[in-house]
Amino acid sequence: MTRRSSFAAGARDTLPMVIGAAPFGVIFGTLVAAGPLAAWQGQLMSLSVYAGSSQFIALGLVAGHAGLAVIWLTTLIVNLRHALYAATLLPHVAHLPARWRWTLGFFLTDETFAVMAGYYARHPRAPLGHWYFLGSCLSMYANWQFWTLVGLLFGAAFPQLQSLGLDFAMVATFIAIVVPQLASLPNFAAAVAAGAVAYLGQDVPYKLGLMAAVVAGVAVGMALQRWRSGGLEAGRREEEAA
Amino acid sequence: MTNTVMILGMAAVTVFVKAALFVLGDRVVFPPLLKQALGFVPVTVLTAIIVPMILSPNGEGLELTWTNPQLVGALAAVLACVVTGKQLLTIAVALGVFFTWQLGVLA
Repeated sequence: MTRRSSFAAGARDTLPMVIGAAPFGVIFGTLVAAGPLAAWQGQLMSLSVYAGSSQFIALGLVAGHAGLAVIWLTTLIVNLRHALYAATLLPHVAHLPARWRWTLGFFLTDETFAVMAGYYARHPRAPLGHWYFLGSCLSMYANWQFWTLVGLLFGAAFPQLQSLGLDFAMVATFIAIVVPQLASLPNFAAAVAAGAVAYLGQDVPYKLGLMAAVVAGVAVGMALQRWRSGGLEAGRREEEAA
Repeated sequence: MTNTVMILGMAAVTVFVKAALFVLGDRVVFPPLLKQALGFVPVTVLTAIIVPMILSPNGEGLELTWTNPQLVGALAAVLACVVTGKQLLTIAVALGVFFTWQLGVLA
């Protein structure tokens, strides 16, 4: 593994996410072109904020004449899940120089988190993992900028883009990452609980249904893990007594 | 002008949320219980993101039917993943089934 091949592998493994996110980039650009923001401001938002769902929500809030504080607070709440991603990935990046940590943090998204969670599950101690991380980040970022621009310039030429279902590429990749981890009972139960709460809470605003799902899933997983290790300890005590 | 300020403020908030923990790096020490909890984040958050997309792709209630290509494609993905254990093959099978269903069977 060289830096270059690690970087290329990260970019390659993110390809399904790139396909899945493309239509949303176009849709975002199209909505900007039809709304109160200037085109360059739409691109600036993709370049600097770089967080799809909060960008869409902000457009809605601007159209509804919401105040700055409301928009910023909403951005904070909608993007809170990224702190969870950062906490989860931190052990793999804490040793890197500060410029690396700033860079990888800036580029963190749902999609790159998924790719990196899968990668670190397979390669927990890869010395060039950060190059793979960067490859994933940059392909996702370039893709978002490109399709935002396409939407800004030619959005009206792509009606019904959402009905193509290209975002299924993301679903397929997430399944390929999650399923191998379901072999352990606590993980399986955590996923079932999270899925159920996410389904029930899908209409809760600010993506808080997603946060609730994670909290519920983690709680169920932890409870099962404790119960099992408690059971093992009890078993050991019984053996010793016998 | 106000809109540019709004965008730059959004960017500052987002970068803070995303990068703060990474930037602190080694200075952040999680207690063991929290470490254990974070171990469940990937499997829960990824599942939580996709389950609504699979079960109600149009946001109009539960679609547990064979006319829901997301559901059929997702089942194919789970099956392919369990049988082969290969990531790329799983994605290819899932996309193949999904688009066949969407463009062939249901069209």
